[in-house]
Amino acid sequence: MVGVSAAAQAPTAPAAPAPAPARFVVVLDAAHGGDDLGGRLDGQAEKAYTLALGVRLRSLLQARGISVVATRESDATVDLNRRAEVANHANAQACLSLHATESGNGIHLFVSSMAPAQPMHFAAWKTAQGAWVTRSLGLAGTINSALLQAGMTVTLGRTALLAVDSMTCPAVAVEIAPERGPDKKVSAGLGDPDYQARVAGALAAALLDWRSEAGQP
Amino acid sequence: MIPRYQTILFSVLLLASVVMSVVLWQLRERAHQRLLVGQDSAPTQAPEVAPTVQATLMVANDADNSLLAQVQSLPLPLDPGTRARVVLGKLLDLYAASDAAHPVPGGASSVAQVFLLPVSNPDSETASSSSAPAAGRPNFENAKAVESSSSTAGSQARNPLQTGPELAVVNLTGAFAASHPSGLETETLTVLSICGTLHANLPRVTQVRFLVDGKPRATLAGHADLTRIYLADEAAPQP
Repeated sequence: MVGVSAAAQAPTAPAAPAPAPARFVVVLDAAHGGDDLGGRLDGQAEKAYTLALGVRLRSLLQARGISVVATRESDATVDLNRRAEVANHANAQACLSLHATESGNGIHLFVSSMAPAQPMHFAAWKTAQGAWVTRSLGLAGTINSALLQAGMTVTLGRTALLAVDSMTCPAVAVEIAPERGPDKKVSAGLGDPDYQARVAGALAAALLDWRSEAGQP
Repeated sequence: MIPRYQTILFSVLLLASVVMSVVLWQLRERAHQRLLVGQDSAPTQAPEVAPTVQATLMVANDADNSLLAQVQSLPLPLDPGTRARVVLGKLLDLYAASDAAHPVPGGASSVAQVFLLPVSNPDSETASSSSAPAAGRPNFENAKAVESSSSTAGSQARNPLQTGPELAVVNLTGAFAASHPSGLETETLTVLSICGTLHANLPRVTQVRFLVDGKPRATLAGHADLTRIYLADEAAPQP
């Protein structure tokens, strides 16, 4: 009733306030977990490395005011489809799938190998990333710049990864490999806390840049 | 004085021994003849040496996530399926070397079979590849469609008149998948180098599907998706 009388008294209603900018959300998907050990790295399971990096990165992002949704926060088994579901429900502006390996050198960034597709109201599972792959490439470029600025070796590639291909957000798979010198000897291993901190710091800086590019505070 | 019955018994035994010796000798001769006959029926013609041709291997490098074409002279059989297996075997032999830039244990024996099947309906393939995954590397065809077509298309696979695009079904061994290093980059490079090598040497191969021990498998070693069909001509990773 109050609303009706107010409207009657003021036929020219004031313009509705501008909608608040969408919350900037980052999804961190620490790959593997629980029964899925991932690869064996230095006698330790890949799932432990990815979780450790995810926890570290989440702390850095939250400290900078970025909302973080994690697909797992403990050593739990999470189905690949469930990971994509979590990411899609979060309506995130960036999704990072975190991996680790002993092969290669530095940081490997992978974007879905799907070709860009027009966004549709109902995106098919396993191909949903097609509508986002252009933005995913942009996110990979931003991360690449931040990592290079941090003095890291970066390789870029495209791959078919079930969890990422089903995500409806700019998604990049980040795989951390040991840092190697010119003689191919490891100069910073996966278990090196300083290396982990540098990687997490560079990724956090990249996501801050991504947020700025998105025009969000 | 030897009794008469002992003389007769001795003579009979001696005669039996002689007869048995003769029989044994004849049996031995017959066995020898049979052996000679068997040797004659064995293939004595030297195996035909396959002609040496230039084969292009798309060799992966973990250091920079690249595929580099490497041309080698290999004796390759004429049968396309066997040729594909030999070429992939050579590729995996390179990866099994101690100084490989993309180290993967296993070698040539890791490829159990390669089946070449005609792509059943090129029109529908074109339509599907221009829609969802478009020209993107993996083709998201329903794997069941391939399973149903592969069972009926096996006889057509060896049709010498077949000139259309072909699907290569690469059957890897379980030991290869189990020993493959785990990682996004290394697994992706293995898959793409196999696809690229197949297409480089058998241009009609436009699609590649992977099996492990004859069965579909979710991933190669925890990462690269093996449930889908890869487009063979898009093997090179792009930044």
